[in-house]
Amino acid sequence: MTRLLSFWLSHRAELASLFGQHVLLVAGSTFVAVAIGVPLGIFSARRPRMASPLMAVASIVQTIPSLAMFGFLLPVPFIGGVGARAALVVLILYGLLPIVRTTIAGLRGIDPAIREAGVAMGMTAGELLRQVELPLALPSIVAGIRVAAVVGVGSATIAAAIGAGGLGEYIYRGLSMVDTTVILAGAIPAAVLALVVDGSLLWLEKQLSSRRRSSSRRVVATTAAVILAAVMVASASAARRASGAIVVGSKNFTEQLVLGELLAQTIERDAGLPVDRRLNLGGTLICDQALITGDIDVYVEYTGTALTAVFHQPVSNDSSAVFDTVRALYAKTGRTLLPPLGFNNTFAILVRGDEARSRGLRTVDDAARESGHWKAGFGYEFVERPDGYDGLAKAYGMRFPEAPRVMDLTLSYRALAAGQVDMIAGDATAGLIKGLDLFQLEDNRHYFPPYDAAAVARAATLLRYPQLRTALEKLSGRVSAADMRAMNYAADVEHRDVPVIVREFLARTR
Amino acid sequence: MAVPAIEFRGVSFARPGRPRILDHFSLTVESGDVLALVGRSGAGKSTLLKLVNRLLLPDEGAVLVEGRDTREWEPIALRRNVGYVLQDVGLFPHMSVADNVAVVPRLEGWPADRIAPRVHELLDLVGLPAGEFAARWPDELSGGQRQRVGVARALAVDPPVLLMDEPFGALDPLTRAELHAEFRRIQSRLRKTVIIVTHDMGEAFALADRVGVLEDGQLIACDRAAAVAASTDPRVRRLLDAIVSVPRS
Repeated sequence: MTRLLSFWLSHRAELASLFGQHVLLVAGSTFVAVAIGVPLGIFSARRPRMASPLMAVASIVQTIPSLAMFGFLLPVPFIGGVGARAALVVLILYGLLPIVRTTIAGLRGIDPAIREAGVAMGMTAGELLRQVELPLALPSIVAGIRVAAVVGVGSATIAAAIGAGGLGEYIYRGLSMVDTTVILAGAIPAAVLALVVDGSLLWLEKQLSSRRRSSSRRVVATTAAVILAAVMVASASAARRASGAIVVGSKNFTEQLVLGELLAQTIERDAGLPVDRRLNLGGTLICDQALITGDIDVYVEYTGTALTAVFHQPVSNDSSAVFDTVRALYAKTGRTLLPPLGFNNTFAILVRGDEARSRGLRTVDDAARESGHWKAGFGYEFVERPDGYDGLAKAYGMRFPEAPRVMDLTLSYRALAAGQVDMIAGDATAGLIKGLDLFQLEDNRHYFPPYDAAAVARAATLLRYPQLRTALEKLSGRVSAADMRAMNYAADVEHRDVPVIVREFLARTR
Repeated sequence: MAVPAIEFRGVSFARPGRPRILDHFSLTVESGDVLALVGRSGAGKSTLLKLVNRLLLPDEGAVLVEGRDTREWEPIALRRNVGYVLQDVGLFPHMSVADNVAVVPRLEGWPADRIAPRVHELLDLVGLPAGEFAARWPDELSGGQRQRVGVARALAVDPPVLLMDEPFGALDPLTRAELHAEFRRIQSRLRKTVIIVTHDMGEAFALADRVGVLEDGQLIACDRAAAVAASTDPRVRRLLDAIVSVPRS
């Protein structure tokens, strides 16, 4: 608890900014969902034949898990991609269903005699809608907005996976660092926000259903003013993005966060350019896509990953050949691979340290012999990748009695240490290897291709800012495997702040 | 001779896929007259009123209001010219009594300083002192009070024609008698052309100058109240006999 408080205290500026982004995401998406959903609800309330297919589509949209939805939207031009825009689109889609549904319900619930009275008094369709139908349906519509907004607060945490910011950033950071404090640092404000939104809209709903027109007008006006004020405060604190900044991306595990910060600080210091950090993006393909669309300008990739996962080329063991191939392939798609940083983050086949010592395990071959009575656990990527599990099992003749458990990469270290699984595929530079007393087996058959870390940048950005290229090239060969492991250890095990770790590293190796 | 306020000329009407409600129905209502149409439930009485303010259009024949076919009337203008009092009143629950009465004047774009005194005047006219009732909400009124507001609302822009659909049907007999008296008092001042539909012959005699009897989509009698009361037509007699009478001691 004290750790949580001191985390908030030391990160208060960042917390305020993330909270602001979160509020902005929810308020913005709810606003648009109302602007689309209420007219759509009015339209379908009058055309029952339209209503059921429309509701069916809206229901299906809502059953799509949000992470999958972000995935679908990645390659879509204009609305898709990485960042707040795509997140807003997803949140709007989620918000539509409850709003459309309650608008229809509210309009259909109106006593036909009241509607007939309006028509008989000579109201036009528009007058009837504005003066009679909408005011009477308002409490129901507000109930829908409430559902949409509360769901939005939850879904917006997932938006951090595509770099949209918000409180989800702490949750993802905490997950990738396996640090409950950081997870709670994001989850608690999000929960509080959800409760506040729920409570205030419930209050509004009750005020409106008391059917007092003059007072309800005042209530709506007050609420609108409060929301507007909140949005303005939120946008003020979220407006941290300098225009014309270099956008640095990273994937969503500790080492990538460190490397993203390393690029960012180097660019700020050596190239003198402002930087917008879009760290913690949800995986290789999201980063790659973001680099293509220009949502980010630079991130650190690993040559072997680029070769197999991005360009779908056959696996190779020659590190300089891989580098040349990947650089050529990147160049063809308008991107430049900069010289390697200096360390090779190959997959590390890991077992528990005590088990390695007691059974004398040294190589992956030794592990393959034990595989008949072992359970394995792997990250999602490792199971899918061409240089992943299938090839490994073939190369070493592994035979596990049951299919490997598929889990989050960072959680798999904990699962191994806790004895829930006996073998995992981690990163060679992971700080947790030391922190959890794990043992890396030697890839004695040289199955894994080289994974030399190197920054990859948009060629257009490099052309525009020559000093950017100079700064990034200065990082060439500067980060050894030992450096990387030490920084990961500092972040994962000692729970130190990534920007501080990177600042110290840069000062030390200058 | 002056143009009749309302005229039905050989009007037939049926809901799609249902038997005819009105079958070559003809009727004339002179300006300033109160006509009560009596018939059983389902005889087509409400349909008849909706044909006057163009909530419905006839399949055959024509309905003329002030000499003009309802098809030629601009529907919004027609409806604002014809006051309508519904059986369920249909007061807007989200508006105060004053706002309910002011609906049509507001639609007509009256300035606020004209609306307020008019609402005051109307509430006084229907026996609901504005000081006490203007700010109330419909759910705070009794059934009789609500129906009075309904009448005030229908009269707001002083339309020449008033349609009343079972206006007092849901009230207790004492309240109903009070409102009957109130109606006669108001009508003696305003001289509107009124069509009232009711299933109660007693109510028809209490309110109307002329009484029409509707059966099987046709007008089987239409005359001065006294003449209808003396009718020998068995279909009319049945309705007359249904009037509750006080037993003699």
